[in-house]
Amino acid sequence: MDDLIADFVAECREMLEALGGEIVAWEAQPEDRARLDSIFRFVHTVKGNCGFFDFPRLEALSHAAEDALADVRAGRRHADGPMVTAVLAIIDRIGEMIAQIEAGDELLPGDDSGLILALEAGAEGPAPVAAVAEGPGKVASAPRTIRLSVELLDRVMSTVSDMVLARNELARRLRESPTDVPVDGAFERLSAIIADMRDAITRTRMQRIENLFVALPRMVRDLSAELGKQVLVDIDGGDVELDREMIEMIRDPLTHIVRNAVDHGIELPGERLKAGKREIGILSVSARQSGNQILIDIQDDGRGIDGRKLVEKAIASGTIDKAAADELSERDQLALIFEAGLSTAKKVTSISGRGVGMDVVRSNVERIGGIVEVDSTPGEGTRMTLRVPLTLTIIPALTVSIGGQHFAIPRSAIEEIVRATGESVTLEHLGGAGVATIRGRRIPEISLADILGLDSVVEEKDRNLIVLRPAGGDVYALSVDRIHDHEELVVKPAAPAIMATGLYAGTTLADDGSPILLFDPVGLADVGGVKLEVQERAARIAEGPAAAASKTTEVLLFRGLDGSRRALRLAVVDRIEEVAVEAVTRAAGQLRVQLGDRILPLAGVQEDQLRDGRVRLFRLNDGSQELAYAFKEVVDFATIEGDIIHSESPGEVSGVSLIRGEPAEIVDPHWLFARHVSEVVKTSDPLVCRIPGDDPWMQNMLRPIIEAAGYRVVGDDDTSEVDLVIASQGEQIPAEGASHTIWLRPEPESAGKKDDSIYRYDRAGLLMALKSAGRGK
Amino acid sequence: MSQLLLVVTIADERVALPAAAVEAVVELEALIPVPRAAPHVAGLSALRSRVLTVIDCMRALELGVTDCSDGIREAAVVEFDGHHYALIVDLVEDVVEAQSEPAPVRAAMAPGWERIAEGMVETEVGPLLLVDIAALVAGAEAKAA
Repeated sequence: MDDLIADFVAECREMLEALGGEIVAWEAQPEDRARLDSIFRFVHTVKGNCGFFDFPRLEALSHAAEDALADVRAGRRHADGPMVTAVLAIIDRIGEMIAQIEAGDELLPGDDSGLILALEAGAEGPAPVAAVAEGPGKVASAPRTIRLSVELLDRVMSTVSDMVLARNELARRLRESPTDVPVDGAFERLSAIIADMRDAITRTRMQRIENLFVALPRMVRDLSAELGKQVLVDIDGGDVELDREMIEMIRDPLTHIVRNAVDHGIELPGERLKAGKREIGILSVSARQSGNQILIDIQDDGRGIDGRKLVEKAIASGTIDKAAADELSERDQLALIFEAGLSTAKKVTSISGRGVGMDVVRSNVERIGGIVEVDSTPGEGTRMTLRVPLTLTIIPALTVSIGGQHFAIPRSAIEEIVRATGESVTLEHLGGAGVATIRGRRIPEISLADILGLDSVVEEKDRNLIVLRPAGGDVYALSVDRIHDHEELVVKPAAPAIMATGLYAGTTLADDGSPILLFDPVGLADVGGVKLEVQERAARIAEGPAAAASKTTEVLLFRGLDGSRRALRLAVVDRIEEVAVEAVTRAAGQLRVQLGDRILPLAGVQEDQLRDGRVRLFRLNDGSQELAYAFKEVVDFATIEGDIIHSESPGEVSGVSLIRGEPAEIVDPHWLFARHVSEVVKTSDPLVCRIPGDDPWMQNMLRPIIEAAGYRVVGDDDTSEVDLVIASQGEQIPAEGASHTIWLRPEPESAGKKDDSIYRYDRAGLLMALKSAGRGK
Repeated sequence: MSQLLLVVTIADERVALPAAAVEAVVELEALIPVPRAAPHVAGLSALRSRVLTVIDCMRALELGVTDCSDGIREAAVVEFDGHHYALIVDLVEDVVEAQSEPAPVRAAMAPGWERIAEGMVETEVGPLLLVDIAALVAGAEAKAA
């Protein structure tokens, strides 16, 4: 019996958690059937179970709620504000009771009749004010799960981490001693299994951040009702996954920031109107992944933070002295909010200012290796950004060395690696600051030896440059002595004394068991004095004088996503971009990628190859059109010196040649463009077509087809010369002639032999007419 | 009831560490330096698959620098706030039982000792200074910050 009750409690808790956001969303859209159903299912489950377990109070409550909801489902009743509030109250009471049952307490007899009465149609209740801006349709469904203690999971995790280290150690030993093929084979298999297992176990720790967000709409709703404010919550990015421990660690800071935003940020409706804003404040909470970090933005459009007031307070409380205060930048002023004992709130309310200040928020976030940033414009709103690491566990990294000591750099931040003496790389010093020019792009350069105060054993010109793009920042180049290996490292947080340097993201153990420090690319840039914000993204500064035309063909040697070694003529590569996998979509028959405000066809990739968070692309340009080509990594620049063995049939690869002593497939850009962009409309001198501007069918249904056929569409208020006019049958059209006119008729059958109009859903006929009109020019 | 203490020597002075906090006594071999870290962080070392942050107690007390160049050093491994530290000491002597609660030292100590001393405890080998591991790990800068 106890087991059954435990299961019932666990099931209820799970459903309650999932329900938190649903119910507020349902309130915003009472006609949303899916949400209504999931709430109904919950009370129904509770009712069914507690009859069995003999919890009469629970049964009465759930029964009443079920009845009311059943009425709504059957359309006998409309879900209005008071009713939603009453259902919420009942669900809360059920939650309390379940907590009591879970704690093993006796359920006390109590009076729930007030709650049940409030459900009656026409009962008075407080008016709801919060709503969720979220599309309908997403319903939390309960997947098949088992419950595990986190400690057990952690033990498995750390065992797997140790196993990876043991595997690495074994790999090193195997390399050192001669072994025979079967042993290597068995080891390979073991490695693969360990890798799989590690993947799986890492994923068990991952949770959708939705679990954290799901409680927010409800919290904001209750809070804003209490404060007499109106707040709309906009939640985005709930599907971002995060280590479950991380989720727990950021729960309190996030809650605190959201409470602050509602309490101090967003003004009362009256004040908002006076300030010329909408009565309803908007609080948007969004999460996104950027490299190996998760960014959570909490943005409100409230009154903002007054930096000067903060400074006054800080001076008054003795946190800083007057002289120091005068030197603070605007950003530093806002950062004062994180100092202990400072609050701009005039009075301490029950909602915030309960002793947990922003200083606690910051220390909690920093504890897990994260950062809190604040940005605010008085009168317009505040944005808080939490940057937290994705996981504390395993990350792919590149090991480098300087002066004989090894360090690791997270691979996610690395854009490319070039030699300081490479062909299209130059290194200059301007007033002591290093500037690297890589293929025409100027990038600030810092030397790892200088940052660390170590002596480099390698001449500057023989070093390697690692082009880094830290999360949220811009690129810079880091010069290191040597580059060693790609490794999967089990990263553990470093002690505070080490983190205080700002340079490191954690520590790890190398194959041979010696500790290695993992760099934080943002920290390196900070300490190295690189200003990350001021650069323009992907700034492409005038190419130097073009190299004298030579007989050899310059190519970019790279590895494709399928691992093949390939080469692409350098001249067609415009630049290298890196985008989130989400930017790639299958649209209009082929894979396309969004780059800024452009959508380009994407080649070099199968859909199932896109698994990682980021994908790197070459942007190819044939002079007028662009194409993206996905790849895994750039190997180097090279020249084709040997003969090209051409392939039998035309395709993506036009031939194969020896480059740097190894065969490489030569990618055929002509074929790529012919294949992927032939259907893209030529933008030069398009044909012009006039359609009635006030006909919605023409504008919405027909216009895309016309445009796809290569016409520029104008309305009938534009009386300039056009190539084609399209009009409905029987309509008067402007007299000035066009070379062609297409008449459309609404009914499938034509009126007679002389009727050369086209039925408006005769797609083939339409396209044919559009084509022949185009040829007539 | 009485607390067990690990008696170690730091800068020629016998002091006591709470034995409950000490996980192991190890002999450190290779030290990986941490560039730019606070001076009392001597470097990193590995103990089984764990990374130890090595603290030079002499420097944490601002009493000089332990010479780590001559190879093996004795160190006490402690866990504090989720991180493992190896505290380099001159010598690890013995484990003794505390015979009193820590009592304040009323005479003036050197500033380094003042910062890390939790108090004085009576033991069978005489009164010993009980070291506050948190203060030791935090080093000299923490106070100034």
